[in-house]
Amino acid sequence: MAEHLLRVEKLVRRFGGLVATDNLSMEVVRGELHAIIGPNGAGKTTLISQLTGQLMPNSGTIHFAGRDITGLPPYRRSGLGLARSFQITSLLRDFTAADNVALAAQAHAGHSYRFWANAQKERALREAAHAALARVGLDKRANVPVSELSHGEQRELELAVALATKPQLLLLDEPMAGLGVTESQRMVALLKELRKEVTIMLVEHDMEAVFALADRITVLVYGGVIACGKPDEIRNNEEVRRAYLGDQHAVTRHG
Amino acid sequence: MLVVVEQLLNGLQFGLLLFLLAAGLTLVFGIMDFVNLAHGSLYMMGAYFAATFVAWTGNFILGCAMALGATLLLGIVLEFVALRHLYGRDHLDHVLATFGLILFFNDAVRLIWGPAGLALPLPGWLTVPVQILPGVYYPAYRLSIILVALLVAALLYVVVMRTRIGMLIRAGASNREMIGALGINIKLLFTLVFGLGAALAGLAGLMQAPILTVQIGMGENILILAFVIIVIGGIGSIRGAFMAAIFVGMIDTLGRAFLPDLLRKVLSSTAASTAAPALSSMLIYLLMAIVLVVRPEGLFPAAKR
Amino acid sequence: MKSALNLRNVVAALVIAGLVLLPVYSALTGKVFILTMFTRIVILALAAASLNLIMGYGGMMSFGHAAYLGIGGYAVGILAFEGIGSGFIQWPVALIASALFALVIGALSLRTRGVYFIMITLAFAQMAYYIASSLSRYGADDGLTIYKRSNFGSLVDLSDRTQFYYVCLACLLGGLYLIWRVVNSRFGLVVQGVRSNEQRMQAIGFHANRYRLVCFVISGTICGLAGALLANNTDFVSPAVMYWTRSGDLMVMVILGGMGTLFGPVIGAIVFLVLEELLSQVTEYWALIMGPLLLLIVLFARGGIMGLLGRFSRG
Repeated sequence: MAEHLLRVEKLVRRFGGLVATDNLSMEVVRGELHAIIGPNGAGKTTLISQLTGQLMPNSGTIHFAGRDITGLPPYRRSGLGLARSFQITSLLRDFTAADNVALAAQAHAGHSYRFWANAQKERALREAAHAALARVGLDKRANVPVSELSHGEQRELELAVALATKPQLLLLDEPMAGLGVTESQRMVALLKELRKEVTIMLVEHDMEAVFALADRITVLVYGGVIACGKPDEIRNNEEVRRAYLGDQHAVTRHG
Repeated sequence: MLVVVEQLLNGLQFGLLLFLLAAGLTLVFGIMDFVNLAHGSLYMMGAYFAATFVAWTGNFILGCAMALGATLLLGIVLEFVALRHLYGRDHLDHVLATFGLILFFNDAVRLIWGPAGLALPLPGWLTVPVQILPGVYYPAYRLSIILVALLVAALLYVVVMRTRIGMLIRAGASNREMIGALGINIKLLFTLVFGLGAALAGLAGLMQAPILTVQIGMGENILILAFVIIVIGGIGSIRGAFMAAIFVGMIDTLGRAFLPDLLRKVLSSTAASTAAPALSSMLIYLLMAIVLVVRPEGLFPAAKR
Repeated sequence: MKSALNLRNVVAALVIAGLVLLPVYSALTGKVFILTMFTRIVILALAAASLNLIMGYGGMMSFGHAAYLGIGGYAVGILAFEGIGSGFIQWPVALIASALFALVIGALSLRTRGVYFIMITLAFAQMAYYIASSLSRYGADDGLTIYKRSNFGSLVDLSDRTQFYYVCLACLLGGLYLIWRVVNSRFGLVVQGVRSNEQRMQAIGFHANRYRLVCFVISGTICGLAGALLANNTDFVSPAVMYWTRSGDLMVMVILGGMGTLFGPVIGAIVFLVLEELLSQVTEYWALIMGPLLLLIVLFARGGIMGLLGRFSRG
């Protein structure tokens, strides 16, 4: 019996007169890769912000692994196993790649009110950091400051940082954003590997990637869900086609 | 009873003066995102100019008008020569640079006018008590401060809210690049706004001059009050600055006037005389602390940028 | 891995050596004022180092740090006045009082950011100034004379200039060592991370403001120690030590030396105070030069002296 790792019920968020999230309900099943798609302005970012705790909904609930997390601040959600990557890369720019990941590991390895011992010499943290970096293919760039990494490498680092927090659910906000063709292919291959270990919820515009990766797709329009189902169902859904995919998008099959 | 009315008016007068100072500060901060610690120095210069020009011309009104002009000019020169290079930089840079200016101004004043303060005597016609209510008299000068400040506040409101210049100012506050793209000379706009801020500070300084002594360092003490007002009133909000300034002016004046007596009723005489001055000084900061706890964005924050 | 033998470290080592040998120089040349001047410099360097912890590493621009100099100083002064002359009591009280003040002020001020944080820390420090000015029992504006320095029994005699200097230097070096350890610890990395990108740190699971507050308290406590030392140095404490321009001076020392570097505040304190001393011998109106100088530093040398040294060593 499939378990709902994430359950969103009747979520509403208004900004003045604008309804950004309109009675939104959806769930993510443990072990799946669930994609969220929708035209610009559909409220994808607002949804992610509410899931991660940066924004509080006006009404509705969010349950994660059976717990009501609707009112929890971001740092608490991270502690429960909800990790995210940012649409606009958000890393510690003056630190190295390894430092970034080590800090994420540190956050989930005991408390950090330790004032004496040198944290950069903690074997366990450094090893965990290297493992996460190796996972995304950045182990050779471990000691490079973030400001000197390429955009694609930074996107991969975001992933490594999220992984280091040992998440149950990985919320990825447009991981392909700004990536070139080769880099996108790398990212898709990487996500194909990662989905075996962790449940992933993916917001993406890159339709090729979405249809190649997703087990299920939820389509968002004007803050509400208009369709949810397997990729084939979505591809053939009239409403979705009209609202989003449009005639000019040639959607091909990926095996 | 008379004392209460008098203190209420004093509080209003002080509050309005604080508003003039805070308005200039918040204008400059809101539009140019520039933290000007030397705002207090402009306040001081207004007072020193007034004392000098009034003595020189023998005419109170003329001297004050000249002082206002001089402070406006000083502000514009300062902006043009030094401060415009700091726009867009970290706020910390602004703080440090203008801190340097404070040191400079304090010593410059000491060099030119000497370490002792100046006095600005009032002309006869402003020292008469005016009957505002049957049996209630209030000094004409303090009354005129209230009237002038209210007038300036009203004028500010009209200019900022109802004129094209005001619209540019408000637009500039939300989106500087856009204004530049529209072909408006943004450098000129900023210089004018800074000048306006300087004039407001100078006006506050010169109006306060006959009541307090004109001395070095007078700007710093009142500048901090202006900061407190901006925090309480809400960032970038002139309306908030107005409300908070009146509030702060009232609380401070009434507190200093009546708190010692109030305390003496509750505590022993010695305890009261030790606690009263401390508590009176602390009152404003306690208020700020409460606002910070309850509503950190201020009581009347401006619309989101 | 950068070589430890870079220009910055060499300069730091030389400065430390110079500070250690200073009393010898003073004794040989008979110039007593050098010893007293540098005692003050060492104490203020400790204060600057504590400010650097929250400014350079924590990203919290506090314009009210001089308050802790006052609190530490008044702890010593008031206790001495009331007949408690033992340093073993005075100094811990100074530390605890500073910590408590930092805790309350920090908790309130950290509800704001950026320029508002600057304004609020300034306002609270000025509040402390006004409170001290109204304590008529303890001298109010005129200040409080301390007739006997903190008594540490047979351990050390603070009234001996040389012994006192070495106590201050020990506090400075000890303080720097403590800061160095804190900055590189788990806690320190979190604080630096929060400065770099708070949103990211929240996302990986850190309660950013709690760490900031603890850092703020540590910093205030260290500065309280400097305050206790300062009161002993001048045998006097008054509200003036907390006047907001003194907080500005501390900020300048931190920036001048190089914000966010370990040794920067020491260099900054030395340069600032020596410059102040030299300028005031040239003219009574030294601020006329210091003021614009500050402006120029802000415009052109934001990394401070350590920043310049760093650039030179990279070639």
